[in-house]
Amino acid sequence: MSEESVAEEATAAAVPLVVLKGVNKHFGALHVLQDIDLTIARGEVVVVIGPSGSGKSTLCRTINRLETTDAGSITIDGRPLPQEGKELARLRADVGMVFQSFNLFAHKTVLENVTLGQIKVRRTDRREAEQKARGLLDRVGVGAQADKYPAQLSGGQQQRVAIARALAMDPKVMLFDEPTSALDPEMINEVLEVMQQLARDGMTMVVVTHEMGFARSAANRVVFMADGRIVEEARPDQFFSNPRSDRAKDFLSKILHH
Amino acid sequence: MNVLSDHFAEFREGFLGTVELTGLSGLLALVLGILMAAFRVSPVPALRIFGTAWVTLLRNTPLVLLFLAVTLGLPALGLKGWDSFWLAVLTLGCYTSAFICEAVRSGINSVPVGQAEAARSIGMTFSQTLGQVVLPQATRIAVPPIGSLMIALAKNTAIASGFNVTQLGSVQKSLNADTGYNIYVIFLWIAVCYIIITLAISGLFRLLENRLAVAR
Ligand SMILES: Nc1ncnc2c1ncn2[C@@H]1O[C@H](COP(=O)(O)OP(=O)(O)O)[C@@H](O)[C@H]1O
Ligand SMILES: [Mg+2]
Repeated sequence: MSEESVAEEATAAAVPLVVLKGVNKHFGALHVLQDIDLTIARGEVVVVIGPSGSGKSTLCRTINRLETTDAGSITIDGRPLPQEGKELARLRADVGMVFQSFNLFAHKTVLENVTLGQIKVRRTDRREAEQKARGLLDRVGVGAQADKYPAQLSGGQQQRVAIARALAMDPKVMLFDEPTSALDPEMINEVLEVMQQLARDGMTMVVVTHEMGFARSAANRVVFMADGRIVEEARPDQFFSNPRSDRAKDFLSKILHH
Repeated sequence: MNVLSDHFAEFREGFLGTVELTGLSGLLALVLGILMAAFRVSPVPALRIFGTAWVTLLRNTPLVLLFLAVTLGLPALGLKGWDSFWLAVLTLGCYTSAFICEAVRSGINSVPVGQAEAARSIGMTFSQTLGQVVLPQATRIAVPPIGSLMIALAKNTAIASGFNVTQLGSVQKSLNADTGYNIYVIFLWIAVCYIIITLAISGLFRLLENRLAVAR
């Protein structure tokens, strides 16, 4: 490797992967995101936590521009998010997203769900795409379901397929919006385990979740949101044992002792 | 003396005229209707406005007025030399496309919006999302109403007989002049011809519905 490319890689690694600066958004009169500043480094796992309606989903969705913003800037890997169009589509392919309600393509088989983006967006040859899809499906533990339709799978299996679908695009960062909230308790762990493995493999992740266990074991940082603001940021052990803000104390007391 | 066997050639010509007119304007209506539905859900405001205007204008104009506007208006605008058959295809196709657009749009709205968001978030463009994810699933909901619209179209072709297009309606006009036949019998045979066409259309769409149901 030449010195130049080493230097380039070094600077690339120094640039944070996701940077939000002064992001504001309204839904009509509701100021749902207020002056959000958030920087996510390569390989970092950030858990976003906070009461319902505080703007966590909206924050997640602005990062791949499923929601537009009113003010502020968002950059992914040093590049600002472009306007809706081909260029935005290209950038979105680098940002994986996993939804609370799975959102698998109902008319396609599990395998087709994982190959569609590769074939249509990355222009990968079908053979190669299927091979990669099978590898990913095995990795998330649903390899045997490849030829079934989403409706024939359990919630936990569907969510793991959704993770494989996002991974198939080789994303630089993965966004998870309450990935286990729609699942029966016995299926939560199988999804969390896949996410934990991803985190260990060095994937950059933004995870909206109330799963304390995951936050403690996998997160580098916890971001606490309330009323459209980031109220507190801390290491998970600090945040859970010794929250600084009253809002966080109040919130934790509600979810920890019921 | 049987009017059908005596004038079989006229009946056949009228029947084929109606079938051709229905088929071609139906095809045009489908293409335009799907295009307008895509316009109406597109992220580009100008396209949305165009689609909405198209539907509002064509859906709310009586078909006869539309025929008049096209057959008298286009030549007045200098577009002479169009065959009356193709003018009828144009008129019927545009008119029906407004209704097809709305049937397709209700199909589009039946597809959970989360799937379109998932498609966009893996980097698919608007047209890929529509073509690969939304429309294939919208079809199941849209096919039954489109079948009804095609039957309505087949019957609406009768209006074209007033504008010099050979089809079933014109058989009645030419034979009425011929004395000696019972006018009700003429009508009966024409009605039978229409029933053959409309039943064929419903059969075709029933088949399509069943195929889509099997493919989950
Ligand atoms: N598309 C929308 N239109 C209007 N209001 C919305 C929309 N999406 C979310 N909201 C509102 O914005 C607030 C924040 O929502 P959300 O980001 O989903 O919160 P969270 O994920 O933290 O529960 C809520 O009050 C919600 O009702
Ligand atoms: Mg939410």
